[in-house]
Amino acid sequence: MAYLIKGVSILGAAPTDLFIKDGVIAAPFEGAEVVDAGGLVALPGLVDVHTHLREPGREDAETVETGSRAAALGGYTAVCAMANTSPVADTAGVVEQVWRLGREAGLVDVQPIGAVTVGLAGKQMAELGAMASSAANVRIFSDDGFCVADPKLMRRALEYVKAFDGVIAQHAEEPRLTEGAQMHEGEVSTRLGLTGWPAVAEEAIIARDVLLAEHVGSRLHVCHVSTAGSVEVLRQAKARGVRVTAEVTPHHLLLTDELAAGYDPVFKVNPPLRTRKDVEALRQALLDGVIDVVATDHAPHAVQDKECEWAHARPGMLGLETALPIVLSIYGPQWELIADRMSRAPARIAGLAGHGGDLTVGSPANLTLVDPSARRVVDPSELASRSRNTPYAGMTLPGRIVATFLRGEATVLDGKAVK
Amino acid sequence: MIKHLRSAADLDAATATLILDTAAEMAALSGREVKKLPALRGRTVVNLFYEDSTRTRISFEAAAKRLSADVINFSAKGSSVSKGESLKDTALTLQAMGADAVVIRHWASGAPHRLANWVDGSVVNAGDGTHEHPTQALLDAYTMRSRLGRLDGLRVAIVGDVLHSRVARSNVLLLTTLGAQVTVVGPPTLIPLDVAAALSEKTQVSFDLDAVLPDSDVVMMLRVQTERMQDSYFPSAREYSRRYGLDVSRLAKMPEHAIVMHPGPMNRGMEIAPEVADSPRSTIVEQVANGVSVRMAVLYLLLGGK
Repeated sequence: MAYLIKGVSILGAAPTDLFIKDGVIAAPFEGAEVVDAGGLVALPGLVDVHTHLREPGREDAETVETGSRAAALGGYTAVCAMANTSPVADTAGVVEQVWRLGREAGLVDVQPIGAVTVGLAGKQMAELGAMASSAANVRIFSDDGFCVADPKLMRRALEYVKAFDGVIAQHAEEPRLTEGAQMHEGEVSTRLGLTGWPAVAEEAIIARDVLLAEHVGSRLHVCHVSTAGSVEVLRQAKARGVRVTAEVTPHHLLLTDELAAGYDPVFKVNPPLRTRKDVEALRQALLDGVIDVVATDHAPHAVQDKECEWAHARPGMLGLETALPIVLSIYGPQWELIADRMSRAPARIAGLAGHGGDLTVGSPANLTLVDPSARRVVDPSELASRSRNTPYAGMTLPGRIVATFLRGEATVLDGKAVK
Repeated sequence: MIKHLRSAADLDAATATLILDTAAEMAALSGREVKKLPALRGRTVVNLFYEDSTRTRISFEAAAKRLSADVINFSAKGSSVSKGESLKDTALTLQAMGADAVVIRHWASGAPHRLANWVDGSVVNAGDGTHEHPTQALLDAYTMRSRLGRLDGLRVAIVGDVLHSRVARSNVLLLTTLGAQVTVVGPPTLIPLDVAAALSEKTQVSFDLDAVLPDSDVVMMLRVQTERMQDSYFPSAREYSRRYGLDVSRLAKMPEHAIVMHPGPMNRGMEIAPEVADSPRSTIVEQVANGVSVRMAVLYLLLGGK
């Protein structure tokens, strides 16, 4: 299809016309299908470096297809699928399966992340080279859900992936300090009698890992940074020139541990929701670039895994369809910032050529159109994800994703997925 | 009247005082030949116990029966729960059976809050994880009031594993609501973070039991599980006992009128010496008796008994 996106504001600039043909942004031509984009803002297609698609293994919670649809509706054109599936994505076979399922769904580019260790067990390095050389072309490796806690193994993994320009994405959680942990350790955990997850358990691992990355001259990516102390560790490391990047989730930018008060596990997540002070520090860090990207940590869970006792519930919350509205609600229409933190920087970290580019003639037509004036109430039953565990139910959020294009083909039009 | 008793924080001073006053009326009954009241005739009270707790369950059962309620004991062991039934499905089953009140003891903090979403009847927390045990706090307050005549201005030391204690949380909340001055005492590893901010700004913290004893009207000893030393909360049972155990020489440091309490079950020789537990200043047996009266008052008031 060929499109004329009429009267669109690219990153908030004066309205213009955008032509799309043969998968790229094109020079003006005749005969395109017109998309009236008056009042809409065009952004490079969003890129998520941290998504759980649950397939293979928990197709009752999400599939590559349903997760891809949720992503497209959220304005994404690429998502990186985490490795904690069943079987674990720790071999070339599994990552190729996920990659192929993504291609078949055809709604976003699904870029598999490979596990760092066999079975996420933290004992033996997985065949990282085989995954890198596979059709899935894996570049990010992560045991997300678990920390690569063994310092020697972490050092080796950081070194090993240099051979193919890989990056280790660390879930920073000192396991001994978080045994049985249920929520942020502090005033609220004391009141609720839930075992605390201390901020220092995250900060200690990040501090160790930036030193390791510095020592071996490797790239490190830090998943879901959640504390003010972590921000300070990262700020110092970056000032020294350590090659470290970091992500923050929409929920850690918006929500606090007070929400645990009713013991509704929809607010249970790992790392846990922190305090107002942490939220403020994370917001500032994203502005400053100490934190590089917003990543959703979209974590679908089946109803029975959330409709239970808090301690029984699985941690995690949905994120793909609400990420951009939440960032808009916090930062307002700072389109340059949003394009950088939600598209350009994540595409760079994940090594996804063709994503996160400028919307100039000749560039791949990966973009999304947003109506910043619309406001929507989050209704879990309307979400495209197979799961319903959104912490934002009933909240009114700004911004509506009107259309998304993946290599020139519409995946979303009029706010609806095309397939 | 409130509908549920999930936390001692559900109780304001007036409601808590009403429960204690009602409990006193209920206690007067136990001296009569016929101990039964018809107040809850035809109502159903379910004791839903996911943890073993013979004393609490029997206390609630006796309370409900003295009010003429029908009592169903649902123990998680040997029931459909052990076959993997979820709390929600169990709740829906109880709901279908027409439970007017569900008394729940559960290993998970917050389970009573979850349960209250799924049943129409009243939910009474009989101890949830490391969170709260509000009827224990009520019976403790009742015991203090009957022994010492007041709660307002009373100086209460709660000693031991406050971090893992549901009894401590509920007592701090209830006693400060009723005007007592509470000090939590224990090794720093067993005192939760930000305890005053979390529970009541009036709460004091001390790591020195000997310093607190001379200024205490009530000393409440908490059970300390010896397993805690495997997890480095303290080095050994012996050291714990030396620093925080209540023995005869420490008892002598307390004012003459001061009382010793323990929610049970006790570790004699660990947190409390046998001579202290059995001394006339100990209220431990009285606490058990008062438990029935207080639970009668709670069920009576929550269910709007006539």
